[in-house]
Amino acid sequence: MQGLVRAVRRFGCTNIQRRFASTLVIAEHNNSALNAITRSAVTAASKLGGDIDLLVAGNNCDKVVEEAAKISGVKRVLKASAPHLERRLAEELEALILQTHNANKYTHILAASSACTKSVLPRVAAKLDVNQISEVIAIESEDTFVRPIYAGNALATVQSSDTVKVMTTRATSFDKAEMSGSASIEEISSAAVGLTEWKSEELSKSDRPELTAANVIVAGGRGLKSSENFQMLYKFADKMGAAVGASRAAVDAGYMPNDAQIGQTGKVVAPDLYFAIGISGAIQHLAGMKDSKTIVAINKDPDAPIFQVSDVGLVDDLFNVVPTMTEEIKK
Amino acid sequence: MRALVGVKRVIDYAVKVRVKGDGSGVETAGVKMSMNPFCEIAVEEAVRLKEKGIIKEIIAVSIGPAQAQETIRTALAMGADRGMHVKHDDILQPLAIAKLLKAVAEKEKPDMILLGKQAIDDDCNQTGQMLASLMGWPQATFASKVDLAGKDMTVVREIDGGLETLGMKLPAVITTDLRLNEPRYATLPNIMKAKKKQIDATDPAQLGVDVSSKLQTLKVVEPPTRQAGGIVANVQELMAKLKEKSLI
Repeated sequence: MQGLVRAVRRFGCTNIQRRFASTLVIAEHNNSALNAITRSAVTAASKLGGDIDLLVAGNNCDKVVEEAAKISGVKRVLKASAPHLERRLAEELEALILQTHNANKYTHILAASSACTKSVLPRVAAKLDVNQISEVIAIESEDTFVRPIYAGNALATVQSSDTVKVMTTRATSFDKAEMSGSASIEEISSAAVGLTEWKSEELSKSDRPELTAANVIVAGGRGLKSSENFQMLYKFADKMGAAVGASRAAVDAGYMPNDAQIGQTGKVVAPDLYFAIGISGAIQHLAGMKDSKTIVAINKDPDAPIFQVSDVGLVDDLFNVVPTMTEEIKK
Repeated sequence: MRALVGVKRVIDYAVKVRVKGDGSGVETAGVKMSMNPFCEIAVEEAVRLKEKGIIKEIIAVSIGPAQAQETIRTALAMGADRGMHVKHDDILQPLAIAKLLKAVAEKEKPDMILLGKQAIDDDCNQTGQMLASLMGWPQATFASKVDLAGKDMTVVREIDGGLETLGMKLPAVITTDLRLNEPRYATLPNIMKAKKKQIDATDPAQLGVDVSSKLQTLKVVEPPTRQAGGIVANVQELMAKLKEKSLI
């Protein structure tokens, strides 16, 4: 197959070449652990057919590479480990991805949507002079994709005739690939670009599950009235083994850090169980959670729009309800 | 220093959009339109940098039909100095927009380009990154704080786990996150003054940019609607419901 592809390329027979899909998936990780959204990206890639290469770019990321090689469906893991890749800066990753693409001529370049991939893939697409397709939620064929627009209030089916399809996929829309594979590992390298310098980071520390990966999410809104009152949600969340999220109103009011925001411009989640507590349910918030399997809404306003999407609603004062629920679960 | 700010006219964020019956898109006729909220934040940031004496001139650019002029006027009323309207009636993809902005930037020679992180209609989150890449510039996406000392810029970015601080040299592209600032309202005197400010017009042909796209929208449909569930009377009933579904 490799030889054939090479021969096809040599003779410039693009029509035949096009039939062999091959996808480069960009892994999401923090140099010590693979982020599970990578596995959802591999599932998305597997729907395109053809070989899947997984690019792990970082520094001292051997553990991640090991984990990545176990993802079912991945043929090769391309390991790029270097100090200039440690922080996964867009300018550095762009150069590496372009170089990897030039060497392998992929038909698709894909990654689960994250702050990192959203920063870099449009750069790659622009250099390849192709469009990028953001937040794909369904793959209909190798060139036809479905994506939400207008905060998820419409679904657009788009068809791309670009030579390379560059896209981000929504992690909550694709199952995580199994971990029973055994991909080969190849080392690659790239020169540093050096346009930006990483200075520091300030990460929110929490023992609770990560928001985008949690099975249960307890989210609070303006109705919580203060950051102290969020302690009440934490207690309930801990009982449920849940992650804690927030509406934009709660974030803007300073009750919760920005990275806890769920919605059109924050994180998109789809847990099995979502508690919307003191959240009215603005369009922008619904965009980030309405694919949750079961939505529970607790709000004292019976006209709150959240009740139009909730499976179970309770019209009551959250300050009575949340402590009682926490108690009930203890039993 | 000179700043170029890209602004987009979109359906107002508070409007519940309606998908057209023929599946060709969403209804925009007779619908309230406004400046994209992230673009407002970009304009505000540029105006604040001007008020600090760091920026001398702000050029607001919008690409779109005749009505995009209103969006430019809004930016002028907020404090931009002059406008540039790239006339085009069809919906363009971010790649084409980035190429057009690059052509404008090559004429105007800005030291920085400020854009919103995403437009709330197409939700692409691409244009700033594409523009930075085409210009060969560094990018500061999802910025929540911008500090300038000469040509050295320090930017705090919103990332998945928290915040990240990057340093880079101008020229650069900045895309704004919600937390960067609180945009001002244009006052009536400033709206009147904005009417006298200059808006130059151009189009993709004059800028020498091919805006044709290989991405086609086949159809636009309503998302599946959720069936609203029942309202329970008290916590005990709520817990019973969840137990019934084996969720707790």
